[in-house]
Amino acid sequence: MNKYNVSRIRNNKLVYWLFISAASVLGLIIVALLIFISQQGLQTFRDVSPIEFFFSSNWNPDANKFGALIFIIGSLAVTVFSILVGGPLGVLGAIFLAKLAPRWMRNILQPAINLYMAIPSVVYGFIGLTVIVPAVRNIFGVASGFGIFTASFILAIMILPTVISIAADALTAVPQVLEEGSIALGATYWQTIWHIVLPTALPGIITGIVLGMARAIGETMAVQMVIGNTPQLAKSLFSPTSTLPSEIVVEMGNTPFGSVWGNSLFLMALVLLIISIFMIVIVRKISSYKAVKI
Amino acid sequence: MNPKTMDKIAKIVLWAVGVFLIALLIVFIGYMLYKGLPILSLQFLFGMPSDIEAGGGVGPQLFNTFYILFLSMGLSGIVALGAAIYLSEYAKDTWLTRFIRLSTESLATVPSIVLGLFGMVVFVDYLGMGFSILGGSLALSLLNLPLLVRITEQSLRAVPQTYREASLALGATKWQTIRKVVLPSAFGGIITGIMLAGGRAIGESAILIFTAGTTVSRHMGDFDVFAAGETLAVHLWYVMGIGLVPDRIDIANGIGALLIIIVLFINLLLMALQKKLKMV
Repeated sequence: MNKYNVSRIRNNKLVYWLFISAASVLGLIIVALLIFISQQGLQTFRDVSPIEFFFSSNWNPDANKFGALIFIIGSLAVTVFSILVGGPLGVLGAIFLAKLAPRWMRNILQPAINLYMAIPSVVYGFIGLTVIVPAVRNIFGVASGFGIFTASFILAIMILPTVISIAADALTAVPQVLEEGSIALGATYWQTIWHIVLPTALPGIITGIVLGMARAIGETMAVQMVIGNTPQLAKSLFSPTSTLPSEIVVEMGNTPFGSVWGNSLFLMALVLLIISIFMIVIVRKISSYKAVKI
Repeated sequence: MNPKTMDKIAKIVLWAVGVFLIALLIVFIGYMLYKGLPILSLQFLFGMPSDIEAGGGVGPQLFNTFYILFLSMGLSGIVALGAAIYLSEYAKDTWLTRFIRLSTESLATVPSIVLGLFGMVVFVDYLGMGFSILGGSLALSLLNLPLLVRITEQSLRAVPQTYREASLALGATKWQTIRKVVLPSAFGGIITGIMLAGGRAIGESAILIFTAGTTVSRHMGDFDVFAAGETLAVHLWYVMGIGLVPDRIDIANGIGALLIIIVLFINLLLMALQKKLKMV
């Protein structure tokens, strides 16, 4: 074996270790993320009981009251309402994109969905603040126009690209023969979609909806600009309130690092982190389930 | 209901949804450009910002936006390429591989504010970088990584297995095969992934507020990675929320239009690139 061969085989081994360590960085980040966020966040429980944090709606850092229920409810509310509108709309959009749209339409719609995804969330928030908030105020005759309704409205649009692109992928993956079989048996186009295509693609569609919810619950900037940022339980869809991410971004700048106040904000971030990892676990469970064995 | 009528209704509804999606986007972008384009003067684009008086520009923010984008894409691009090569070319179904895949997927759904807090604790505080361009770029890399890994791995996997076999049969080592055969064939897909991730990272703000900060260097075009690094998106949020300048709505409109233009430009490039790749 000559010298050239030895060095190229040594290189071969060396790059393997480079690649595997690059890949391990990803695992390392998640572990570090969990460690640093929980280490900072869990310190809250030295001064605040878990019961108070999760079940009290009294948030008043100046008086040492750290009940985060308002923000947890706020986050859940905007997520649920936005998915109720954005979910069905996104699935319909995905059916159109994957199954009905002619090629020219698809060539417009596909880049449009990429653009929805690429528009910065502060721009969504800014439009929400300058257009939707005054519109809601005038149309519904409410005092401020800030609140869960406006936030959910913006979020419903923001989660569309996530839902559409994942659901459309799942719908495209449904084998052509299933549809042809159904059409050949005399079913209409919609009967085929409803009875054959949708059930087959269901795991992928649900994945899209769950990831859409993950995007909604973690969205910070757009929600912060239209939710009103008031630490009070929402009395209606139109009263100012706050969510976990928006409260973090508003208060983090004013809190001394390591104080109970600061730690409780980290605890809120930990709640968000656990929710998002939990959603990935759900998605994995769903996608391992196949409606039809092919 | 008669299945035929139902079929007609369904088709009409689906078309309506498709047209609505495009119309809404056009109205959204059109409105932002209509409001913001008149603001975009040279003075606005390249001038220094003002804290109190009207007429400030966004020069340093514009510079920081691209500087942080390139730094973070460079950092995450290298790691993502290595990780994707491992996952597509080497990985067997071991616990390590499964753990890496789970981590990549989880990282993709972690809210950006959580990544921002993590960056604040680790880069700004623990590693002592302060609110800086470097801290912001590192935190932003965390956001880019999962998307880059996924798209790079997909394009590596799309390279036909026969290419690898032919190269190995000619006596090349695995690394030579990857470098001379697999990577060049997957190049187009990898570039697409980088542009997609870049288009998304350029408007990111939640991650940068507590890592790159909300102030800028006094010097225009400061390449110092330890200088404060407020970007356009963060500045838009800052002037609307906390800013004291009287013309903050104008500034925000201008930044909004500027961000839309940048995003449109990146997406047009992406479309042209994808068209070219399909033709080859």
